[in-house]
Amino acid sequence: MNSSWQPSSPIKNLRTRAEILQKIRRFFLERNVLEVDTPSLSHAPVTDPHLVNFETQWASPSEVQEQALYLQTSPEYAMKRLLCAGSGCIYQLSKAFRNEEAGRYHNAEFTMLEWYRLGFDHWQLMDEVEALLKTILDCPDIKRVSYQALFIEHLALDPLTATLDTLKHVCNQLGFGNIAETESSSDTLLQLLFCEKIETQLDKNTPYFVYHFPASQAALAKLNAQDSRVANRFELYYQGIELANGFHELSDAKEQHQRFAKDNQLRADMGLNPAKIDQRFLDALHAGLPECAGVALGIDRLIMLAVGAKHIDEVIAFPTPIA
Amino acid sequence: MANFSTNEFKAGLKIMLDGEPCNILENEYVKPGKGQAFNRVKIRKLISGKVLEKTFKSGDTAEGADVMDLELSYLYNDGEFWHFMNNESFEQVAADEKAVGESIKWLRENDNCTITLWNGSPIAVTPPNFVELEITETDPGLKGDTAGTGGKPATLSTGAVVRVPLFVQTGEIIKVDTRSGEYVSRAQK
Repeated sequence: MNSSWQPSSPIKNLRTRAEILQKIRRFFLERNVLEVDTPSLSHAPVTDPHLVNFETQWASPSEVQEQALYLQTSPEYAMKRLLCAGSGCIYQLSKAFRNEEAGRYHNAEFTMLEWYRLGFDHWQLMDEVEALLKTILDCPDIKRVSYQALFIEHLALDPLTATLDTLKHVCNQLGFGNIAETESSSDTLLQLLFCEKIETQLDKNTPYFVYHFPASQAALAKLNAQDSRVANRFELYYQGIELANGFHELSDAKEQHQRFAKDNQLRADMGLNPAKIDQRFLDALHAGLPECAGVALGIDRLIMLAVGAKHIDEVIAFPTPIA
Repeated sequence: MANFSTNEFKAGLKIMLDGEPCNILENEYVKPGKGQAFNRVKIRKLISGKVLEKTFKSGDTAEGADVMDLELSYLYNDGEFWHFMNNESFEQVAADEKAVGESIKWLRENDNCTITLWNGSPIAVTPPNFVELEITETDPGLKGDTAGTGGKPATLSTGAVVRVPLFVQTGEIIKVDTRSGEYVSRAQK
C-alpha cells in the first residue's frame, strides 16, 4: 500500500540523482564556470504566452502594500543580469516553476541546469552540451539537423515558406483537422506537426540537435546573420524526450523589447492579460550583454534517461501532487 | 450534454468525436519547452470498437456523450433483437444484432452482461469476462493424432468455435475467456 507520505521515486534513483548532480558540478569546475544561485522570486513574470507563472504576495515589513512576486519559469533573466555585471561564464542548478504543467515528463516544479558561455556561438555550445551528456549517459554522437531539413524530410514541407493555408491543409490531411480548423497561428501548427509527426519519427537511439528554428520561434536567440528567417536556437532530443534548449543569445535591448511587446500582443490575441515586462532585465541589456551562448537542460528528464524511468515521478522525491 | 475541457479528460470519460460516442482510454500531456501544449488522447469509438489517437490543443473542449453502462441479465433473442432485463426493476432492453456484435457467441440465458446505452439506445453488449459453455461437437482427438500442441477445434452450445486441448470431449463444460476467445479450463462443477 502506498500511503501518500512516501516518495514516489525509489531511493536508488535519488542516489543516482545525487551522483549526476556531482558529475555536473565537477564538469563545470574543470571548465572554470562559476556556480551562481539567483532568486526563484521575481517582480516580473514572463511574457511567453505559453508559460504560466505561479504568483504570490510579499508582505515586506518595510512596505505598506503587499507586492506581487512571481516564481521564475527559468533563471534566465537573473543570470543575464549577472552576465551584464561582469560575472563571466556561469551555471546554475535550480528549481524552475511552471503552473499548469503536469504529465509524464512534466512536474510543476522541476530542476533546470542553465549555463552561459562568453564568446561561444551556438555551435560551440552544442559541442559542450554533447561533452556534458557523454559524461552522464552512455550515448552515441549527437546528430545535427536543421528544423527546415526535418520538415522537408518527414513532411515534404518547407516550414520557413509554408503559408498558414498550406499548413492547415497538411494538418487536415494528417488527422489534425480539429485543431487546424480554428487555428490562426502558423507557429502553433508548426509545433503540432513537429511534436506529432517529426519528433515521434526521430530514431530513439540517437540523440539529435535540431538547430535554426524559425525566427518566429526565436525566443531569446539572435536571428541568424546569413538567413534572417531562422534564429540561432537549438534543441536537444533523445529517446523521444526534449532535453535542452539553447541559444546564441540576443543582446540587442531594443529587439528584446520588441519581442516582449510581440509576446504581449499574442497574449491579447489569446485572451490573456498582458505580462509586466522585466525592466531590470532590459536595463541590464542596455548596459550591455557580452556576446554569449546559453542553454537550459531539464535535469529530471536527464535522470529519467539515466535510470530508464518511464515517468518523471520515478526521479523526483515528491512530485507536486504529493508534495 | 456539457462540454469537457482537455484537463478533464480522464480514462472512462465519454465524449463525442466526429458524431460518435467515444470512451477515453488515456490522456497524455505533451508540451514543448517553448510553445503550445497539446493532449494526445487515446480513444475507443463505442460503436465501431476502433481505438485511435486524437490530438487536442490543451484547453480545447469536446462535447460530453450521454453514455451509460447497465448490468443486465440476458433473457433470449428472437433473431432480430437480443433481450436483456434488469433483475431488480424488471425493465427490459432490446439490443439489435449490430449492438450485440461479437458477444453473440458467448451469450447464455441469465448471464450478467454490460449493456452500453447511448442517448438511451443500446450500442454495445459486453458479456462476462468468463463463461462456462458445453461442447456440442468436437473430434475425439486421440493421442498422436495431431503433430503439435495446437489442440483441436470445438463447437460450443452457442455456436462459438474455440480451440481446446486434445483431452477435452463432447458434452463437457469448459470455461472460456470471452475477451480473447480462448479456452481456460474445464468447468469446476
